[in-house]
Amino acid sequence: MIIKKNIALSDTGFVFNPSTGDSFSVNPIGLEILKMLKENKPEEEIKKHLLGKYATDRDTVEKDYYDFTKMLEQVKLTDTDGKEKD
Amino acid sequence: MGKKKINVAVTGLNNIDSPGPGIPVIRGLLDSKDYEVRIIGLAYDALEPGIYMRNLVAKTYHIPLPTAGQSSLLERLRYIHNQEKIDLIIPNFDAELFNFIKLAPVLEKELNIQTFLPTLDQFEERHKANLTEFGKKYEIKVPKSKMVFSLSEIPSLSQQFSYPLVVKGKFYDANVAYTPDQAAQYFNKISAKWGLPIIIQQFTYGTEVNVTALGDGKGNTIGAVPMRKQVITDKGKAWAGITLEDDKLLQITQKLIRHSKWKGPCELEMIKTNNNEYYLIEINPRFPAWVYLAVGAGQNHPDAMMRMAMGEEVKSFAEYEVGKMFIRYSYDMICDLKEFETISTFGEY
Repeated sequence: MIIKKNIALSDTGFVFNPSTGDSFSVNPIGLEILKMLKENKPEEEIKKHLLGKYATDRDTVEKDYYDFTKMLEQVKLTDTDGKEKD
Repeated sequence: MGKKKINVAVTGLNNIDSPGPGIPVIRGLLDSKDYEVRIIGLAYDALEPGIYMRNLVAKTYHIPLPTAGQSSLLERLRYIHNQEKIDLIIPNFDAELFNFIKLAPVLEKELNIQTFLPTLDQFEERHKANLTEFGKKYEIKVPKSKMVFSLSEIPSLSQQFSYPLVVKGKFYDANVAYTPDQAAQYFNKISAKWGLPIIIQQFTYGTEVNVTALGDGKGNTIGAVPMRKQVITDKGKAWAGITLEDDKLLQITQKLIRHSKWKGPCELEMIKTNNNEYYLIEINPRFPAWVYLAVGAGQNHPDAMMRMAMGEEVKSFAEYEVGKMFIRYSYDMICDLKEFETISTFGEY
């Protein structure tokens, strides 16, 4: 999954999409994941990082990661096929 | 070196829930770094709020409604010019532009009053009623549309359009109709207010994005700032908005201005579909009421237009700040009856 290059992330968890004017707030873990996605970290590396840092299990990380990234797609913060649509 | 003094007459002082662009344009002019601007308000109604904003408008004169014709307007402008020595007039209403465009050569020759307006051809070809031809000419996608002159044409619309469709007045007002009954209802409502024809436009699904732009009349885009409405009133007006990063939208704007050689300000209203296609739904031949957002984002279009009108060479703005917002608010001014009496009785205040 590739996050659009022009998405602005602030340290407070405020996310701004300058193409649509939409803005969102994410919690600290969401921000951590978004930052790693912006750095083009592979999915497995992000999941490993979360498993190592937080008291959780593989199934929960898989499910929550899936839910979160689906939501990013829905709100159009991702590039389709890694390419800018517009 | 001191600022150059200039007297600018501005219309559109109706800073109401469906605001005219006058006050935001005035704010842009007063922000000018080169000119010391004295604003002369031109008002159609004694209760236009701008008349009473004396921190922005030095003096206001009543002017005749556009339906009174050009000679009444010219006569009134001669009187006002005699009092105030106007250097530049900026009209801000669609409905008054025809008269001002027609009078522009007389104003310049006889009274040395400058304007910076589109030509009559440019003004006419972008009319809502001509939008289909406009789209073809400038290779811009526009929704299918049709002029309707009679209520009896409404039932047959379903053969050419699929519901929902948009019912629009020739100058202002637009409503989305989901059934023929609703279309008939809006036809009656809008035609009673703005006259005929009514424009029927295929509804386009997507997000509305708007651009405020300024053309120099030679094909150059002096400035362009795209915006998305964040809060929309029941009249469809933006009550909050944010500047966007949208290269494709800017390219469309520049192409349109380049090919049409648009002179003056304009607002493009577009729909961006989920497939990232852009449909032009309207061109307003004037500054939009949200133009002060462009000033806030780094492009002072009213000032740039004033400088061009006064014969200066103005370079195109290179950039603007993305993510700049405007949030409109309402504010109750307290006025004395004497003020209202003065503008109502003498036609000037």
